[in-house]
Amino acid sequence: MAREPHISVEDLTFTIDRGDIFIILGGSGCGKSTLLRHLVGLQTPAKGRVFYEGVDFWSAPAPEQERIQRGFGILYQSGALWSSMTLSENVALPLEQYTRLRPKEIREVVSLKLALVGLAGFDDYYPSEISGGMKKRAGLARAMALDPAILFFDEPSAGLDPISARLLDDLILEIRESLGATIVIVTHELASIFAIGNNSVFLDPETKTMLATGDPKELRDRCPEIKVRSFLTRGEARAEADTAATAGSGA
Amino acid sequence: MARTPPPSTGPNAGVTLSSPSADHLLVRIAGDVRLADGLPEIPGLPEALAPGSEVRRVSFDATDLGEWDSALITLLLRVLSLSAACGAEADRSGLPEGVRRLLALATAVAERQGARRSAKRTPFFVRVGEGTIRAGRSLMEGLAFIGEVGAGFGRLLRGKAKMRRADFVQTLRESGFDALPIVSLICCLVGLILAFIGAVQLMMFGAQIYVASLVGIAMVRVMGAVMAGIIMAGRTATSFAAQLGTMQINEEIDALKTLGISPMEYLVLPRMLALFIMMPLLCLYADLMGILGGFIVGVGMLGLGPLEYFHQTKDSVGLASLWIGLFHGAVFGVLIALAGCMRGMQCKRSASAVGDATRGAAVTAIVSIIVATAIITILCSVVGI
Repeated sequence: MAREPHISVEDLTFTIDRGDIFIILGGSGCGKSTLLRHLVGLQTPAKGRVFYEGVDFWSAPAPEQERIQRGFGILYQSGALWSSMTLSENVALPLEQYTRLRPKEIREVVSLKLALVGLAGFDDYYPSEISGGMKKRAGLARAMALDPAILFFDEPSAGLDPISARLLDDLILEIRESLGATIVIVTHELASIFAIGNNSVFLDPETKTMLATGDPKELRDRCPEIKVRSFLTRGEARAEADTAATAGSGA
Repeated sequence: MARTPPPSTGPNAGVTLSSPSADHLLVRIAGDVRLADGLPEIPGLPEALAPGSEVRRVSFDATDLGEWDSALITLLLRVLSLSAACGAEADRSGLPEGVRRLLALATAVAERQGARRSAKRTPFFVRVGEGTIRAGRSLMEGLAFIGEVGAGFGRLLRGKAKMRRADFVQTLRESGFDALPIVSLICCLVGLILAFIGAVQLMMFGAQIYVASLVGIAMVRVMGAVMAGIIMAGRTATSFAAQLGTMQINEEIDALKTLGISPMEYLVLPRMLALFIMMPLLCLYADLMGILGGFIVGVGMLGLGPLEYFHQTKDSVGLASLWIGLFHGAVFGVLIALAGCMRGMQCKRSASAVGDATRGAAVTAIVSIIVATAIITILCSVVGI
């Protein structure tokens, strides 16, 4: 699977392999969420192409685009649950639309999905009646409804306490392991990035392009770009470099 | 993941049961089990694991399993819950690693006690009672809102209110200048319609000239104000409600409150004041447009002279009618702003609540306009003007 988009941030070329946990990294305002919108088909790139298994998404005919999109599961930043529907109705909607399951079977599958994210028994709650972390998990249950080949997460751990964030990371890993899904995450939680990511792209708001791509742990230790190392070490790499420079000039 | 060709005899061939011994049930899964193909039935499963059955051990054979997804997990959960119900021990070792992990995950977090809701029916009298209490409470909320607005207005007169001027100017423009095209169109057509209906009757007596009086008095005294009011209820009250409701959802209103700024003064007062000033002006404009509509029919179709029509209108429409019309307008302005702002501020925190608030604003505004018109009309006839 290869993607090659050129977007508002320019000149991005990177590849996501099947089964990757791919992290879109970068400081605020560098176009991470915009990149995600391009990848999932919500926004047309000004120039360039996005390939899914060799198919150019944006020049594919509409039915083909829909087929590709059906293989996506997307967890939006604040859950984006439909507020007029209960959790079970939220998760059931994609199943009703795209499978031939009977209503009773849909209920079973919905219960399974809610149980997987730890929300067993909350089927009949409305999104306004549950907490932010639960909304996020319910959003994940909906994203997983059709067992998508690719799961996209927009800031999954934003607004979660450290333990919930950790549990969500474990859940993401588990989904990847057991269902073999490919996972794309926009985040700047360093703990998550190193715990689960095995591939990444780093976007820079100043030069408006990507500075690096690869395993985030490798980037932290060996990336030639000081900006990337500094980001991945919460600024320590830059401080060290500055100290080294001062020492050098003093000598 | 081992891949085998899908079973040739349909999805039901995927899962079969066998009994190696009397107390052992073997569940054999073969081929693809995917949501896209639907959940296969497991023939004989409910009977084999009925309560009181002799089965003590359930094991799985998935050596011929093809592609699988949640469909398989759903099926297995069915088997597991049935075997747990009849006291049989489930041996998951025959299942692939990924399946075992998902099963573990699905059963890891026990259902929270008391989370599940049972659908309960509320008796008729309870519902009536609750409805009455709700109605009473919403009446009190409405009165409290009016009271708060009144208090805010008092502070404004004493120069102590923190009102947002930009909102005031913007509402002036939105509810004044921006509304002119739609008010022109609708009021001109209403004038036209009134003239047509009047003309049919008056022509029988050769009294076409009184079309001018009919249209003039009707428009200036009530119709201009009512039409402008209904337009503004649909246009402005709803936009107030949607805007304030969305601010409520985004916690913008809370942010104002915690800064010690009263949202009543900061958000509601400027809208109220702007509509109170603009509505009478809009009514005046609506009156003129209505008269223009009548003029088009009178001069164009009934053969009246333009000057003749003008003089007849001037003579028949008294100054009292004009004042009554303007009074209507000012009252409607307050009612529309109150309805829009109140529904917006009472909005709860979801997308459907904004819809409810918007609809509530339009309904409240229109109903209160019509009720106020009836009251003013009755009062005028009692006083004799």
